[in-house]
Amino acid sequence: MVTAKLMTSSEAISKFVCASSSISLGGFTVNRNPMALVHEIIRQEIGNLHVMMHSGSQALDLLIGAGLVRFLEIAYGANGRFASTCIRFRKAVQDGSLQVEDYSNFQMSLRFLAGAMGVPYLPTYAGLGSDIISKWGFSKKQRSTVESLPNEKLIVTSNPFNSIPEQLVIVPAANPDVTLLHVQQASAEGLIRIEGLAFADIEQARAAEHVIVTCEELVPSDQLRKESWHNSLPHLLVDAVVHHPYGAHPTACFLYYDYDAAHLNDYRSLAEDDESFEAYLTRHITSLESFHDYVKLIGTKHLGSLLASKELGYARREH
Amino acid sequence: MRADFTEMEMMTIACARRIGNEDIVFCGTGLPLLGAMMAKKTHAPNCVIFFETGALDPALDEIPLTVGDSRVMHGASQNGSLLDAFFYMQNSRTGPNVLGILSGAQIDPYGNLNSTVIGDYDKPDARLPGSGGACDVASLVGRTRIFMKHEKRRFVEQLDYMTSPGWLRGIGSRSEVGLPRGGPELVITTLGVLDFDESTRRMRLSSHYSYAEPDGIQESTGFKLDTSHSKEEENPTLEELEALREVVDPLRLILK
Repeated sequence: MVTAKLMTSSEAISKFVCASSSISLGGFTVNRNPMALVHEIIRQEIGNLHVMMHSGSQALDLLIGAGLVRFLEIAYGANGRFASTCIRFRKAVQDGSLQVEDYSNFQMSLRFLAGAMGVPYLPTYAGLGSDIISKWGFSKKQRSTVESLPNEKLIVTSNPFNSIPEQLVIVPAANPDVTLLHVQQASAEGLIRIEGLAFADIEQARAAEHVIVTCEELVPSDQLRKESWHNSLPHLLVDAVVHHPYGAHPTACFLYYDYDAAHLNDYRSLAEDDESFEAYLTRHITSLESFHDYVKLIGTKHLGSLLASKELGYARREH
Repeated sequence: MRADFTEMEMMTIACARRIGNEDIVFCGTGLPLLGAMMAKKTHAPNCVIFFETGALDPALDEIPLTVGDSRVMHGASQNGSLLDAFFYMQNSRTGPNVLGILSGAQIDPYGNLNSTVIGDYDKPDARLPGSGGACDVASLVGRTRIFMKHEKRRFVEQLDYMTSPGWLRGIGSRSEVGLPRGGPELVITTLGVLDFDESTRRMRLSSHYSYAEPDGIQESTGFKLDTSHSKEEENPTLEELEALREVVDPLRLILK
């Protein structure tokens, strides 16, 4: 039953994500955020989530703003020139409604790699001497009661192979319940092809119990198997496939469309105000049946202006 | 072409002048990237620019606005992953040659940086983005340089949070905690260029721009600086300004 994985985003989210789930989101800042899937989590009001990220931006900021995130392990909450710190993230930390544990991007990537390998930890030099090691966001007690949190944040230890003392920091494996990805191509069987930078999507997917993927193009498995060396993940790891063209909007999808700078700039100012942020959620997410309606709302004309040049992978800026 | 110039242009050009053909430059976005792009498009065409997202030596026909921008992917030598990028920062062949350019909201006399919170970590007055890859770069690569707006509130004796390790508490303390190499070489600011005393690793003024006096720079710094060896940095030449304004950022996406 290869087609059993093909479903709507509503079905995929209700099947695999529930209250208190730990989730990780693919993509990086303005690229390939799993927006369609995050919209669906917000529509279904699945809360008390534990999110594990390296560099989160738009998708994460919506989840936080919708009040659905309880614990956040993260390296970076910003969106480049579009938000020097993600707005709802910043507000939620400052008003105490969101608890954060800070890591670095390499540490988070290694945590997913350890999770993908099935080992409890991996060593690195990154972070030695910094407050990332000494200051903790989650207490020992929380760590012992919340199953998805590691018992320790980071541990400094010595190299057991070396007779001369040498210090390293070990990072705990991250194994999210569900990883959400948006990719360029997928098949009903669950074959995945990512084009351009993979970021940490592969490690995040391999570390997770379940993987939900939205794709720009749904293509026959035969076609992806013909050049399987270009594929990013095997079908074994993918639980659900949803066809969502523009599923990363307003972030970019390399070779398909650019990020929507106007939308992101508007968002930065409206997210500053609670009422206008609520209105954004209502208009773009909760009053709609599905992400397909969101795509209609944004409109084909506007989306057309974001279409990427197939040569460049992005839309050339007008001079 | 206007011969007058802004502080932003001056510091970008001061950065570009100090990048060589052999450098493997790790960059975020914004002014440091403009400096690196300017070096590559003028006197250092063979320098390699790479990003923590895994993009190595891209064409950079247009300025990326984040390191996840599709503009870092086009024409690259490799599109890899975050892990690939961090591996290049620390393997024995490329790691020591990587020049990382960092910035932060606060810097202390030893070049340690804060980009995480202002105020108490548990109840911050202002939450900032966090490390991203900055802590990793500061920990792992051979050399780092730091870009800062030169203001008293940013140059502080004591950081609110140490996101990225510089020289920690001075000479010897990086190796004491186990950091294998690296440390900041220079701090390039809106007023001048600072380096670190070799015997103490404490920051001192190395050069000041024509519009800034060493005494004024001390005034804008929240800790004591040795300014006695400072030399005046040359003003940008017309060629440099033209390269920056017409070739690197013609749409004024970063230079406002």
